[in-house]
Amino acid sequence: MNVTGVKDNVEKIKEAHKLLKRYEYTPGEIQRGYANKTLYINVSDNIIEAKEVPEEIKEKFIGGKGFGLWYLWNAVKSTTKWDDPENEIVISPGPIGGITQYPGAGKSLVVSLSPTTGSVIDSNVGGHFGPLMKFSGWDALEIQGKAEKDIVILIDGNKGVVEIYEAPLESLNSHILAEELTEIFAESEEDKRNISIVSAGEAAEHTLLGVLNFSFYDKRKKVQRLKQAGRGGIGTVFRNKKIKAVVVRYKGVKGDSNNPADVEKIKELGLKLHREIKELDKDQCRMREIGTAHLVEIMDDYDLLPVHNFKYGSHKDSRKIDSKVLVKKVVQGSPDGCWHGCSMACAKAAQDYELKTGPYKGHKVVVDGPEYETVGGVGSNCGIFDPDYIMECNFYCDTYGIDTISFGTTMAFLMECYENNIINKDITGGIELNFGNGDAAMEVLHQMAKGKGFGKIAGQGIRRIKKLLTESYGADPKFLNDIGMEVKGLEYSQYVSKESLAQQGGYALANKGPQHDEAWLIFMDMVNNQIPTFEDKAEALHYFPIFRTWFGLNGLCKLPWNDVEPVDNHMTDEPAKVPEHVENYVQLFNSVTGKNIDKKEMLLQSERVYNFQRVFNLKMGFGTREHDIPPYRSMGPVTEEEYLSREERYDKQLENILGLKPEEMSTAEKIEALRKYKYEQYEKLVDAVYKRRGWTEKGIPSVELMEKLGMDFPEVIRLIEKH
Amino acid sequence: MIRVNHRNMDFYEGMTLKSLIKDLKYSFPTLMVKVNGELVPKGKYEETRIRDGDDINIIHPIAGG
Repeated sequence: MNVTGVKDNVEKIKEAHKLLKRYEYTPGEIQRGYANKTLYINVSDNIIEAKEVPEEIKEKFIGGKGFGLWYLWNAVKSTTKWDDPENEIVISPGPIGGITQYPGAGKSLVVSLSPTTGSVIDSNVGGHFGPLMKFSGWDALEIQGKAEKDIVILIDGNKGVVEIYEAPLESLNSHILAEELTEIFAESEEDKRNISIVSAGEAAEHTLLGVLNFSFYDKRKKVQRLKQAGRGGIGTVFRNKKIKAVVVRYKGVKGDSNNPADVEKIKELGLKLHREIKELDKDQCRMREIGTAHLVEIMDDYDLLPVHNFKYGSHKDSRKIDSKVLVKKVVQGSPDGCWHGCSMACAKAAQDYELKTGPYKGHKVVVDGPEYETVGGVGSNCGIFDPDYIMECNFYCDTYGIDTISFGTTMAFLMECYENNIINKDITGGIELNFGNGDAAMEVLHQMAKGKGFGKIAGQGIRRIKKLLTESYGADPKFLNDIGMEVKGLEYSQYVSKESLAQQGGYALANKGPQHDEAWLIFMDMVNNQIPTFEDKAEALHYFPIFRTWFGLNGLCKLPWNDVEPVDNHMTDEPAKVPEHVENYVQLFNSVTGKNIDKKEMLLQSERVYNFQRVFNLKMGFGTREHDIPPYRSMGPVTEEEYLSREERYDKQLENILGLKPEEMSTAEKIEALRKYKYEQYEKLVDAVYKRRGWTEKGIPSVELMEKLGMDFPEVIRLIEKH
Repeated sequence: MIRVNHRNMDFYEGMTLKSLIKDLKYSFPTLMVKVNGELVPKGKYEETRIRDGDDINIIHPIAGG
């Protein structure tokens, strides 16, 4: 056991369980990637039901995020708020999810109404839950309602049982809770690998930034490892429903559990990619060695690593937290995947990490990560170049159930507010929140978990903090809007987009808010200069969000698409698309489902769901142009120090592009001229993107587009016509 | 003056493809490099001398993140 005392408590915890509902079912066989049933649970009334999955819904929404959007759409009204009982959490893996022959096929997609955006959010996550749930007989799990007391839900796919327990004694924090529930529900030591748990944590309950942890059992370390569905506060919704955990138990995962149409073809495709990874990864992205953290030094070199709330893109101390340092902290000793058969194996963990702060001070724990986003978010963006702080913060964010990206971006914003005297020690309760103060950031994090002190404010996320500081503390709203790195209420992920107009759009136009999983175009745009015109950028902002949506429909991880590339990829017409791997995915889909799609149909599958999500935003009172505007910090220098830090670059832009004479201008005048230009460029980009996507000038998908896509449901058309 | 990814850049004597990539801090591991339309393999960056007026493409074949 890695968590002291868990075994001693298990009997007591188990005795306190009160069975509220038991539902028995006969698990069916998976047919070509689908169980053809979904599980509906209402925790208000302890209703458990099975629903059939109509063929039409499979055709139009495929699975994963598509299913999540469809079920949530039908569950909520336009007036539903995130904390209403009607709101749902939907978890679905998609038809390819669960295969073991092709890397990156164990993702779950989670969809809900977000506490921070007020609209629909989706988040993808590794761990074993999604595939084990599907093999237990369910393509999706819908959880609606609100329990009166804390509960745990069990899905046992071997026994054909779903149970809801009142569960008063379990810990809330995930690293302990996952161990407790594994001890309770695993039938033997060997059986622990068949358990996966979804949980949140104390901070998920007391902030709006909650994550869901999805576990997978690590046989070597004998511990449940945690992966996060991080964005948009779904963990907060989970705790608002008084759910402590959802446990799935399924024994019997095999290479053909998905019952695919052509398992031999899947093996052939997988073998080809395994060979690529084995031969090329060590010289390409080093995912097996260090995972996504390999990006730290690369982003620093290209002036893209966020520093001091995205003011700068590099820092002299960034090498203190780069992958070479972090790899020494990651003592796992061998590559590890978050689902069976993933040879990309980017999951990393530090074992026996001794905590220095908080309620578990002195405990030796396993820390999963850190990923690049965590290093950039809680580290460089807050000016904290201390690898031990990053590990500690990573651990506590995970176990408390808080998103490292939103935590990092929010703390960086608060630190800039502190350094500008917008907030002071009276407001922070004595915490000196300067950039670089890791102790202060940790204290705020522990306060978030308890829902006390300044942590209560910090845990609201940037959009609400801006409102509070403006209305109650007289802060300048313009400055806060400039430096508060959020769009639609979601905090930015960790890339500096100032010099890439396309990426400014990639962030601000994203359906759920500024997360880079829709489009990451910085190299194509800023570095390669491959998409110079508005039309070029619009084409990229059409293609990539559509293409990348497809991973989320199928339960796939994006990383094996382009974090390893065939040796001759650069010789292809469009190397950024990695055409050979796209073709792999087409064949993979056909080999699982028995269908016969081509690349065109693959993109259509995504385009249907992508536009449906945009209309879903419209349904919830968003989804129009005014919600697609980025903060100026993401586009250019807000402050004089920021301008002066890259003065030569910005002066050249004024001179060469605008024909101005910077030597005759004050810094304030130069900032204003650049700002005006950059916003004009952004508006032109938005016009071009909307046009390419078939949207109106207001950013609404046209009726013709939805008809052409076959997504012309009566409510969809009514909504569009109303606008 | 040379052109790198369709942008002007100062030329200096003794410039090689390797020194140019280092100057630009292009540390991304998989680059596709063409000098005047000719593909240059990674092993030849050091011996490839850049001449004034050369047109160079250094493509990072990724839309990742």
